[in-house]
Amino acid sequence: MEHSVLLKKLLLSAVAMFAFAFALVPLYDVFCDVTGLNGKPNMEVATQSQQIVNSRTVDVSFTTHAQQSAPFAVKAQQYMVQVKPGEMTEVTFSAQNLSKSARVMQAVPSVSPGRAAKYLHKMACFCFDKQAFAASEQLEFKLLFYVDTELPVDVKELTLSYTVFDISDSAQANIHTVTASAVAS
Amino acid sequence: MSTLVESQEQNHEHHHMPKGFKRWLYTTNHKDIGSLYLIFSLTMFIVGGAMAMVIRAELFQPGLQLVDPHFFNQMTTVHGLIMVFGAVMPAFTGLANWMIPMMIGAPDMALPRMNNWSFWILPFAFSILLMSLFMEGGGPAFGWTFYAPLSTTYSNDNTALFVFAVHIMGISSIMGAINVIVTIVNLRAPGMTWMKLPLFVWTWLITAFLLIAVMPVLAGAVTMVLTDKYFGTSFFDAAGGGDPVMFQHIFWFFGHPEVYIMILPAFGIISTIVPTFSRKKLFGYASMVYATSSIALLSFVVWAHHMFTTGMPLAGELFFMYATMLISVPTGVKVFNWVATMWRGSITFEIPMLFSIAFIVLFTLGGFSGLMLAITPADFQYHDTYFVVAHFHYVLVTGAVFSIMAGAYYWLPKWTGHMYNIALAKWHFWLSLVSVNVLFFPMHFVGLAGMPRRIPDYALQFADFNAIISIGGFAFGLSQLLFVLVVYKCARGGESVPSKVWDGAEGLEWEVASPAPYHTFSTPPEVK
Repeated sequence: MEHSVLLKKLLLSAVAMFAFAFALVPLYDVFCDVTGLNGKPNMEVATQSQQIVNSRTVDVSFTTHAQQSAPFAVKAQQYMVQVKPGEMTEVTFSAQNLSKSARVMQAVPSVSPGRAAKYLHKMACFCFDKQAFAASEQLEFKLLFYVDTELPVDVKELTLSYTVFDISDSAQANIHTVTASAVAS
Repeated sequence: MSTLVESQEQNHEHHHMPKGFKRWLYTTNHKDIGSLYLIFSLTMFIVGGAMAMVIRAELFQPGLQLVDPHFFNQMTTVHGLIMVFGAVMPAFTGLANWMIPMMIGAPDMALPRMNNWSFWILPFAFSILLMSLFMEGGGPAFGWTFYAPLSTTYSNDNTALFVFAVHIMGISSIMGAINVIVTIVNLRAPGMTWMKLPLFVWTWLITAFLLIAVMPVLAGAVTMVLTDKYFGTSFFDAAGGGDPVMFQHIFWFFGHPEVYIMILPAFGIISTIVPTFSRKKLFGYASMVYATSSIALLSFVVWAHHMFTTGMPLAGELFFMYATMLISVPTGVKVFNWVATMWRGSITFEIPMLFSIAFIVLFTLGGFSGLMLAITPADFQYHDTYFVVAHFHYVLVTGAVFSIMAGAYYWLPKWTGHMYNIALAKWHFWLSLVSVNVLFFPMHFVGLAGMPRRIPDYALQFADFNAIISIGGFAFGLSQLLFVLVVYKCARGGESVPSKVWDGAEGLEWEVASPAPYHTFSTPPEVK
């Protein structure tokens, strides 16, 4: 084979592998979706469930914590709710901007145990969008969710945890991309 | 063959060569570039070793005494980066440059100008990296693995210099690898079929493919760190929808094949030296080739064994545990083949053979601790302790570095035309062998007892072992100066050697004169 032909092929593979490194970012998500590994929380807006299973209950508890210096206090009004699979439940979160300036907050959910994550469906969640606060403003958020009837029977407790971030700086620059990428993940 | 050598020497005399520094700057000769790589690698080995001395001096006693913790972190980080990218990898590339064309009967590397470039950008990469140590805020301090968010949210502004340095190192490695592949594919002498290739050439061919597959992924990872830190992307930042664990997946997708990049050429060197001094053909040549290829393929599906404690699902942990353990099968094939080669051979213990036998024993020891680390439930105890440090230093120092030393002692007489001072080289070997074990073996114990890595201070109960480790470290560090002395003296002069330096040696490189003429195999030899 000519040197230049081989050289071009090898250079092309190097460039392709560079692109592959970036492709790994969405590929890992696809892989986890397909195999059901790693339990990333469902970020799609769910539709109403069709049936309710009365024979069992699941305990769902809520925790929130602010990342680093994010000046927000967010707390669920109930520490824990007992739900039947398929049953719609509404939980209110009270949130406050602790700083003296307008701030933008993004909440990122996580479900424990991880394998139960895909069975928790949210119809309304403040984590779907970034939330703008005026200085020292106090807000109430509604979370509307249900637990899938397919939830493995040995899972009796779920924890939905929110990490809240202060994204005021980047939100002002490009509000839409931040939300879009948060939802896409 | 002697007529061939004479005509080459005539060629040499007619050759116009610039003098002084320009000769080295403009050179496209594989032997010159090989020497440049090897000298550069030795320099970096000393620089990175000096940093290890700082680390061991600080850890000689518990408490903080010599350097502040931030500087300690810079030392562990830059020591790792320099030893991996500055010492081990360029040394193997240097050996490849020198030996591959001579082993396959080629006149030079296939792409000599690119060869010049791939070497000459390296000093710039390492200057940038080392200069950052002297800038305000200091150099990289987040570990050579530069996990996000340490390298994004919590690093200083000099991180850009680290990123560009890694980019340049990556480009250099990729160009070197492309050159090796084109040379081996296109420039083999007539009759040199694939299954007649010397094993060093085979292992390097496979290594070169690994380099092309994963160095761009490393470049991608550092680019993501760069844009996360400076341009507001959120690859690894949960606030923007990214995931810091994703960094580890991408990094180790590069990182695990990378450890085989640093050991496969070592296997090639050992497979060359052991038959020479056992005066027997290598046992199981074909199985060596297949074992090397399987190790390379398996290296792509084991990366997450570095991440057992990140909260992976059980299915993932099991998969990566079994896949990792599977690698010990082809590795075992190689070790048994070396031992079978020595079995009933007429063994003599010249310096290269001493290093090779030490390699076989101590690399296997490092392999065993690797198997222990592969056991997921046990890894939760070993993770991020000195046990891991002991493991990878056994495979990289007594593995990769010992093989490079073995290779250097094996081919040095061919390169210089002189035999080195054997007494001095023996001192170097025995001092290194004893001190390297005093240095790294007790690390297993302190690691199992829970001493974390990358911390400038430790609990009092580790004090005695750490003092012993540090003494071993200083002794090993000083012993390497002997190696520098042996190489320097050998380059300056010594007893002349014949073309075939070792009577049991086989291969085309022993058919050219010693020292190897500037141009070899301008007319390709015929391989039966």
